[in-house]
Amino acid sequence: MEFFSHQTSYPFMATRKVWYTLSALLMIVSLGSFLMRGVNLAIDFTGGVSAEASFPQAANVDRVRASLSAAGFRDPSVQNFGSSRDIAIRLPPDPRQTATAVRAQLETALRSIDPGAQVVQLDVVGPQVGNELKVSAAWALFFTLLGIFFYIAFRFHTWRLSLGAILAVLHDPILVLGFFAITQMSFDLAVVAAILAVIGYSLNDTVVVFDRIRERFEGNRRSPPDVVLDQSINQTLSRTIMTKVVTSIVVVALLFLGGPVLKGFSAALLIGIIAGTYSSIYISSAIALDCGLTAEHLFPTVKKAALDHLP
Amino acid sequence: MLEYPRWKYILVAAVLLLAFVFALPNVFGEDPALQVARKDHSAVTPEAEQQVESFLTAHGVHFEKSYIDQDRLMVRFASVPDQLAARDAVNGNEDFKNTYITAVSFAPRTPEALRMLGLKPMPLGLDLRGGLYLLYQVDVNSAVSQALEGYATDARRALTAASIHFKDVTVGAGGQADTIRIQLEPGADVAAARSALNQPLQGLSVTSSSDTAGPVIEAAMTTAQVRERQDYAIQQNITTLRNRVNELGVSEPIVQRQGVDRINVQLPGVQNSAEVKDILGRVATLEFRLEDTQHSALEAVQTGRVPLGSKLYTHTRIGRPILLKREVIATGDQLTSATSGQSQEGPAVNVRLDARAGENMLRTTKANLNRPMAVVLIEKRPETVEVDGKQVTHEVTDEDVINDATIRGVFSNSFQITGLQAGESRELALLLRSGSLATVIYVVEERAVGPSLGRDNIAKGVTALIVGMGGVFLFMALYYQVFGVVADLVLLANVVLLTALLSMMHQVLSLPGIAGILLTVGMAVDANVLIYERIREEIRKGVSPQAAIRAGFEKAFSAIADSNITTLIAGVVLWVLGTGPIRGFAVVLTLGIATSMFTSLMGSRALLTLMYGGRRKLARLAIG
Repeated sequence: MEFFSHQTSYPFMATRKVWYTLSALLMIVSLGSFLMRGVNLAIDFTGGVSAEASFPQAANVDRVRASLSAAGFRDPSVQNFGSSRDIAIRLPPDPRQTATAVRAQLETALRSIDPGAQVVQLDVVGPQVGNELKVSAAWALFFTLLGIFFYIAFRFHTWRLSLGAILAVLHDPILVLGFFAITQMSFDLAVVAAILAVIGYSLNDTVVVFDRIRERFEGNRRSPPDVVLDQSINQTLSRTIMTKVVTSIVVVALLFLGGPVLKGFSAALLIGIIAGTYSSIYISSAIALDCGLTAEHLFPTVKKAALDHLP
Repeated sequence: MLEYPRWKYILVAAVLLLAFVFALPNVFGEDPALQVARKDHSAVTPEAEQQVESFLTAHGVHFEKSYIDQDRLMVRFASVPDQLAARDAVNGNEDFKNTYITAVSFAPRTPEALRMLGLKPMPLGLDLRGGLYLLYQVDVNSAVSQALEGYATDARRALTAASIHFKDVTVGAGGQADTIRIQLEPGADVAAARSALNQPLQGLSVTSSSDTAGPVIEAAMTTAQVRERQDYAIQQNITTLRNRVNELGVSEPIVQRQGVDRINVQLPGVQNSAEVKDILGRVATLEFRLEDTQHSALEAVQTGRVPLGSKLYTHTRIGRPILLKREVIATGDQLTSATSGQSQEGPAVNVRLDARAGENMLRTTKANLNRPMAVVLIEKRPETVEVDGKQVTHEVTDEDVINDATIRGVFSNSFQITGLQAGESRELALLLRSGSLATVIYVVEERAVGPSLGRDNIAKGVTALIVGMGGVFLFMALYYQVFGVVADLVLLANVVLLTALLSMMHQVLSLPGIAGILLTVGMAVDANVLIYERIREEIRKGVSPQAAIRAGFEKAFSAIADSNITTLIAGVVLWVLGTGPIRGFAVVLTLGIATSMFTSLMGSRALLTLMYGGRRKLARLAIG
């Protein structure tokens, strides 16, 4: 079985203005909503209390909220999740409350509604821990990008390819952030881990395409760059799509079967993988072309004249 | 002809065989179990194992198997009711309870032969098993000021002994927490003072200056000393927390340092967090002091003037304020054992002092027969207050005189403390026995997962794993036919190898870890796809099948290496900076890259060479 005829020849370079525009639009929307709405940071970063409780019968969210307010909790957020009997409770950080007290108060408040209510999960994160996690997540992002940039600089001999790769690498996490800003899905530590993985994965497609560009140029240095780039992308296209389809199979399995803990994580991966595939096919090589990439940049010709002076 | 060196075949076969053996313990599952450890931390002997077995049999409890693992006895049961029956039988027996600590847990159903080889399944994380995660903040600054208080006391004594007049010796004056400031009387002999302080302040960096109130000597701890002191406090707290966790009978607890001043405690299976946290975080100790009977405590309360050499306690359980001598006869740190018991006056703690304190006690009781001696219970706890709009946590000390009794006879190292409430004696005995915490600790993060949620998470993780892998396998087989099946075998080998590595490292398996394994499968496919697409390309060019395979592997290598390195960068950063389940994910991701490189490059080449290498007339490859 094959998805692609032996040799596809999509004109990626000729149509690149279209893809640039699409990318630019997506990035503007993403950055715009990120700046305007921000992401819904989980208690990993804000500190506070997050609890899951299950009721023997369907839980009345409004009653739970009223009962928690009556118990002295400030702005409790209560939602159904999973089934009508399960609720998720989120409370803002309050340094004067100890975790022990929170649990006891929660249980009392919930049992006043239904004696069979049970707190099945309770996370209490102190505000200082939340801040530290925020800082260490930012560092992780910074070091990953730094490592990737160093790698790109080392790997590609011309800034034209490096720039293409860097822009493609930045493109993908921005779209993931935009997705989280628009959907307001909970943004927790696992999502940060997923974004870092996306940065790693996204680059690898670009690297494979660039590898092929070098190989093609080696064979025919006289060919026009846009033809070589189109050929390279087309030749690696079936691999790019195949790999991403297979990776998406496992990510979709995680998204739908992995439960609420992995929801944000797998959603971030899925968006990141789709964005990464797009950017490595449509964006990274096109940028290199617009920067004037030629065979010369990859294989500088050795000046004969210089050699003549050698003894 | 396609060839592959024999040593590479042997290497691949040997690695995969070993991996299979190491990964094997993970497939047997767990049984309910009872973990039995000796209270005195010594090893459980085979004789004791016999005793426990016959004890259980005598009580009609049916058990599957018992064995000794790391000095503890594990008894496995076929069902939870059996397990609970065993626990009740054991807890109902006083002798047993005084010798052993038992914990309800799970034990892997690993066959004897594998267990003898030291092979164990990956331990499950709290998100999969249920339990309590606590992150404690250690008040390291108070550890430093405690040490400085010790120096300050010595300095005061030395100056007094050398008859040098001083106004004040203060710790942490002027916001410098690591400094002692000694304010001498105007005109005091600074040189003499310094030489007198030479010995008590040894090791500190001492400087002298002078201000309007007179000469000043300052002694500061060096940065290295401060760090050493903080490290010591954290180590001491970890030891104490471990003792307490063991005393509570938690199976497979994890107590480890995290960062500079944090301790992370993981307690699988613990549900009642309030009780556990109360005991883990308590800083309690005892002091034995003589009562000052020459002065009136009431007068001291009224005038606010406390006689020299005495200390006034207003908060007491004996119902009146009391003056106690400053000199401490013995403290809780000098206990060698503490058990709870009963006396005529109610619950009591039976204590035993170490040799030095015992001697002191003997001397004191001999000299002070028929005079009253008091026991002071000292507890420290963190208190959070608002200072300038910021939340600041600091240490508060509560001192409570729990009893005051006339010394009726001479005693030395073994005696009873009364004046406690029921339950309190048991807890105090545990706290005294497990050693005291060097400083106050407080919870900054807590995560509790109920056991049903843990089971739910395992089920979800495993389902996603099976469906995801099944989908990938099916897709590969359809798309690449025979080569796809080869890729599937290679992917399976990759999962086995990864599981083996994780088991060898005793890496805790969490839900993100399972996601990492599945993701590794998804990504490992990439290497196979790169190779197969290359082979297809070569075949299209008209190259012979065997040459196409060889060229496919060789030409795909640089792309495979490249694409793995980029993921490796992200994985390593996460490994270094991440904590908890996120680090678990990073470990799996990083190791998965290494194993998938090995299996896709060497394993799949060995297999394909074995299948196609020897065939002389190979017209086409079944590569789809």
